[in-house]
Amino acid sequence: MENVIESSGIGKNFGETRALKDISFSVEESEIFGFIGPDGAGKTTLFRIITTLLLPDKGEIKVIGMDCALKFKEIRKNIGYMPGRFSLYQDLSVEENLNFYATVFGTTVTENYDLISDIYSHIEPFKKRLAGNLSGGMKQKLALSCALIHKPRLLVLDEPTTGVDAVSRSEFWEMLAKLKQHKITIIVSTPYMDEAMKCNRVALIQDGTILSIDKPQQIRDGFSRKLFMVTAGEKYRLINALRKYHNTISAYFFGDSVHVTFKNDSYDDSLYDHLTSEGVENAEIIETKAGIEDRFLELMEK
Amino acid sequence: MNNTVISVHNLVKKFGNFTANDNLTFEVYEGEIFGFLGANGAGKTTAIRILSGLSKPTSGNVEVAGYDAYRQPEQIKRNIGYMCQKFSLYEDLTVKENITLYGGIYGMSKKKISERADDLLEKLHFEEYKNRIISDLPLGFRQKLAFSIAVLHNPKIVFLDEPTGGVDPITRRQFWEMIYETAGRRITVFVTTHYMDEAEYCDRVSIMSEGRIVALDTPAALKKQYNAESVEEVFIKIARPIPPASLKGG
Repeated sequence: MENVIESSGIGKNFGETRALKDISFSVEESEIFGFIGPDGAGKTTLFRIITTLLLPDKGEIKVIGMDCALKFKEIRKNIGYMPGRFSLYQDLSVEENLNFYATVFGTTVTENYDLISDIYSHIEPFKKRLAGNLSGGMKQKLALSCALIHKPRLLVLDEPTTGVDAVSRSEFWEMLAKLKQHKITIIVSTPYMDEAMKCNRVALIQDGTILSIDKPQQIRDGFSRKLFMVTAGEKYRLINALRKYHNTISAYFFGDSVHVTFKNDSYDDSLYDHLTSEGVENAEIIETKAGIEDRFLELMEK
Repeated sequence: MNNTVISVHNLVKKFGNFTANDNLTFEVYEGEIFGFLGANGAGKTTAIRILSGLSKPTSGNVEVAGYDAYRQPEQIKRNIGYMCQKFSLYEDLTVKENITLYGGIYGMSKKKISERADDLLEKLHFEEYKNRIISDLPLGFRQKLAFSIAVLHNPKIVFLDEPTGGVDPITRRQFWEMIYETAGRRITVFVTTHYMDEAEYCDRVSIMSEGRIVALDTPAALKKQYNAESVEEVFIKIARPIPPASLKGG
């Protein structure tokens, strides 16, 4: 089967800034493909290239089998794009926005209603309300409905969950998972590492470069060392003490513990002695499995 | 030994018929890192605006840094620091100019500003960037600078509203080390975040839902109480926001 996106050696500069450097990847049909990386990594620039709003300075990119530079009109008919910034018409009502987007793409709301009903039903009670007067979570649902109303083959979501609370974030990912059954391919960017696990494959991106592309499980397994989880009462004192220990390679806060790697992947009693001498009492150390964020941190350090 | 720096009793804030803060009662202590969590629209921003002297309560007692929120908002402002993700630094001024400007606003002497500026630039390893315009600097860098400026005048409390949104995972951790260091100087840190792993870094957290505080304790105690492995799990259990049929501000 042909890939929905095929990109090789994409580069894009803005003046002196090298926003994207040699980006190559492909996205298969019906995949949820995540771009995970912080602000400034180049996610939005890449998405603007995929949606044919920007041309790359070098490299090649095909979307749904068509060249982005030559067939942009055809491509645009087949993609739904939800930009990071809310960009619907604030002075149109919920219903008017949805009808508008359907009309622009030459379809009707009724025709593809089954596709959006799950999402739209949450905001339908407010269909007469102006889009500008909706809460953040409702705007997000309306924007997703509008991006889907023409039944695109590719859905492009630029940071849909940024600034959204943990409960709404998990609801949003449930909605995306349901779209898979309609054979819609989804690419999505996020700064939240934990959301990587909800994707079929992810690309870790930093400073315009892809650090790694794989299934989330494989990315985790790519962690190169044994990882230990250390807990003790005073976390700040603990992390400083761990960093002073001669065998420590890295020490990072993770939730209620510190994740540490050691030379030779092991430690001995001298670690406990060292921690005690630094005023850290009752430290507990156990081996743990690396998560996506551990791997991201490891890749960033290189 | 626990000196109270924020004391809130039965705080109510209404906008017309809408109750944004519904009878909040809590205390925050000196040198504490206090996580203020809640779903979008739960009423966090409204409460922070009251605690920082920008908005008046409808009813209830609120004291911040020893000053009354109704009568002494100006004194409150002088004794706190504030930083949010959206706006904190002037983008078309340089690093040094931002420090000088804020130092002046906080009423610090020129000598003091210059001392603290050198100190701050050295600590952040920012000396070579001091004459650079803010908009040319990466986000993580700006956030660290904004935080340092928010505590430039040694306030009693610093309010951080989603300070690490969108920041890379290394910078996010460096930022939290700055928070620990600040709390070690007995400055209270009052912080909101959507990163639930960061909630675990706090001494205590409160969780707001629909205008009310539905939980307040140490992360460990909350996890135990709700039989959860993480604060995120606690949050998902109890911060169930807005049913789809109601409408709130973000």
